[in-house]
Amino acid sequence: MGEFTMPSLGADMDEGTLVEWLVAPGDPLRKGDPVAVVETAKSTIEVECFESGAMGRLLVEPGATVPVGTPLALIEPAEGARREPEGRGKRQKHPVTPPAPQEPAEPEPAPGPEPAGGDGEVGGTGPLIRRLAERRGVDLTALHGTGPAGRVTRADIERAATDTARSPRVRATPLARRRAAELGVDLASVTGTGRDSVIRAEDVGGAAPGGAAPPPPPPPAAASVRPSRPPGEQAPGMRQAIARLMTRANRDIPHYYLSTTVDMAVSMDWLHDHNRRGPMAERLLPAALLLKAAALAAREVPALNGFWTDDRFTAGEGVHLGVAVSLRGGGLIAPVLHGADTLDLPALMGALKDLVTRARTGRLRGSEVSDATLTVTNLGDQGVETVFGVIHPPQVALVGFGRVADRPWAVDGLLGVRPVVTVTLSADHRATDGAVGARYLTAVDRLLQKPEEL
Amino acid sequence: MSTAGTQETTTYREALREALREAMRSDDRVFLMGEDVGRYGGCFGVSLGLLEEFGPDRVRDTPLSESAFVGAGIGAALAGMRPIVEIMTVNFSLLALDQILNNAATLLHMSGGQLPVPLVIRMTTGAGRQLAAQHSHSLESFYAHIPGIRVLAPATLEDARHMLAPALADPDPVVIFEHGSLYNASGPLAPQAASVDLDHAAVRRPGDAVSLITYGGSLPKMFAAADELAADGVDAEVVDLRTLRPLDAGTVAASVARTHRAVVVDEAWRTGSVAAELSARLAEESFYELDAPVERVCGAEVPIPYARRLEEAALPQTAGIVAAAHRAVG
Repeated sequence: MGEFTMPSLGADMDEGTLVEWLVAPGDPLRKGDPVAVVETAKSTIEVECFESGAMGRLLVEPGATVPVGTPLALIEPAEGARREPEGRGKRQKHPVTPPAPQEPAEPEPAPGPEPAGGDGEVGGTGPLIRRLAERRGVDLTALHGTGPAGRVTRADIERAATDTARSPRVRATPLARRRAAELGVDLASVTGTGRDSVIRAEDVGGAAPGGAAPPPPPPPAAASVRPSRPPGEQAPGMRQAIARLMTRANRDIPHYYLSTTVDMAVSMDWLHDHNRRGPMAERLLPAALLLKAAALAAREVPALNGFWTDDRFTAGEGVHLGVAVSLRGGGLIAPVLHGADTLDLPALMGALKDLVTRARTGRLRGSEVSDATLTVTNLGDQGVETVFGVIHPPQVALVGFGRVADRPWAVDGLLGVRPVVTVTLSADHRATDGAVGARYLTAVDRLLQKPEEL
Repeated sequence: MSTAGTQETTTYREALREALREAMRSDDRVFLMGEDVGRYGGCFGVSLGLLEEFGPDRVRDTPLSESAFVGAGIGAALAGMRPIVEIMTVNFSLLALDQILNNAATLLHMSGGQLPVPLVIRMTTGAGRQLAAQHSHSLESFYAHIPGIRVLAPATLEDARHMLAPALADPDPVVIFEHGSLYNASGPLAPQAASVDLDHAAVRRPGDAVSLITYGGSLPKMFAAADELAADGVDAEVVDLRTLRPLDAGTVAASVARTHRAVVVDEAWRTGSVAAELSARLAEESFYELDAPVERVCGAEVPIPYARRLEEAALPQTAGIVAAAHRAVG
């Protein structure tokens, strides 16, 4: 009999609030399944379980705030997974075909408590799904389930709820939309100057397409599910959490700062060529190249990839890049690209888009916000040339990328105009000295000169 | 552009005539036939003097019977000649459309590649000279619709002078549209033959703010519009399609990739016009380059009026093209 406890989702977290259970007692569990939603001072996170088996008794009610380490529920060993309600098992070997979702035996617009056995279930929905649908005002009978055997999943509910609440479509020209995607600009925040206030490319800005930018933000979506805050409003406590962490960083970490400017001509040419050849969906942003270079350089200079704890440095196992993502209503979160040095560019781009989207809609998981070995911040989309960041304890370095911009640049004794980017390193002087940091930046520069090898 | 010293001033009409003369001198199989091409010198004066030079066997007047003499041209082409058939205006060419579509354009296909039809058909198109509805329409799109033929629209002196030779060399039927308002256009023309490529549109004036795309008789209005736009600080690129079938969408797409805005000008009726086809291509191939809706400036969908003011009002004019460009540029 295992315990599922309130996890620590960050160096600064000492307590968390259970927002909701994603599974019911008796549900089979597999390692890595999200089982609960927890709200910390910084954000709302889906927490996974770390053992397989079946959900046992729930010890904590949603809404309760408990210290880190408090048992929230019991987990029964795998043999104890006795009952698997029809159509509920997440990954059954022989899925039972539930009734088709389009034709429920009895439409129940406002489902009450589910009778055991679940007669009249819509596509095999559990009480959790029903409660969620009720709370979000989604009509389950009208929903097409995308889960196994037509089961309605939480994502289906989210989608339906988002669709109904979606703000009117932004009017922008095709070119403006493409530019916005390339530059990572949120069209909802742009004022259009065209006819009937249509957004045109010049309104999006970034005359040189392809400045280093974070991935495209998700479309302006409706309120995030939980907690019940209006969208774009900062989580209560997030500011305080950032304040505490950054104060600690600046108080405890003797930073040293290095900066170098990298010629991006080869990289940008390669990128444009790649993007011209492939379909829209496979387009890469400069950010993908920059992150991959940052990760590979971290592998080369392991002294910057790890943690300073108990007066000593511990090297990280693997390169896990935290990517600083600014949230709409203010605030900041750094989800993690695990094994960033091992991902090829399309995979890295996909993971990045996914993380940023979910960071901004409050759907990150516990394992995605902890254990970064090195953090990268990219303020290029804000138009800045240089960013000197503050290290995220207990990490020992932070890499900053500015905007990729055309500058006069000397090449082989001649003056030309080249796209360049300023790369900075804020590093912990307790763990390394400037020479190590310099080696790191030199490696980033060298890697960016061979984009085809990234 | 070469220097004026190597060029002589000529007209569009004379350039066409010079092309005919050269073709007939260089190939015995080439002959010209049509209404009034001989004794009268062509109803627009293009073939003036050719009867005297080449004789009635090679410059043949025909009865008013478009279907018959175009059919005769097809027969001559099948028999190994290189006929050039002149039809007075595109309006009358409809009488020969059956021959062109059901015979000239299909025989190669229906004979399994055994019967090419190396025929060239010249005809006048367009309005602007108070010739009223039955002599003024622009039906190029009727022909641009037909697979198996090539459709040309020379708009410059160079193209008037140098498009005929490659058209005659083409093993398939070629229809050449000469806009009536261009016959008197004059300017310098280099005496030596320029090689003309029938497969590509031409950027006649580079610019980066908006692509003005047209063909044939509207090209001079485009230059006038581009001048006005330049005075307003808008740098317009002028693209001349030159060949309406096969349409060179690549050059157009490349231009729009530079300017991100397109104004398509076509004297023909808007619905189902070459401009309509081009707009569809832009939507298909240049969607992510467009920063404004494609603007079209076309002829009013009425029979072209006789009265001067009404005729002017029914046709694309410089002011309307400038206004459309400003709408696109915003």
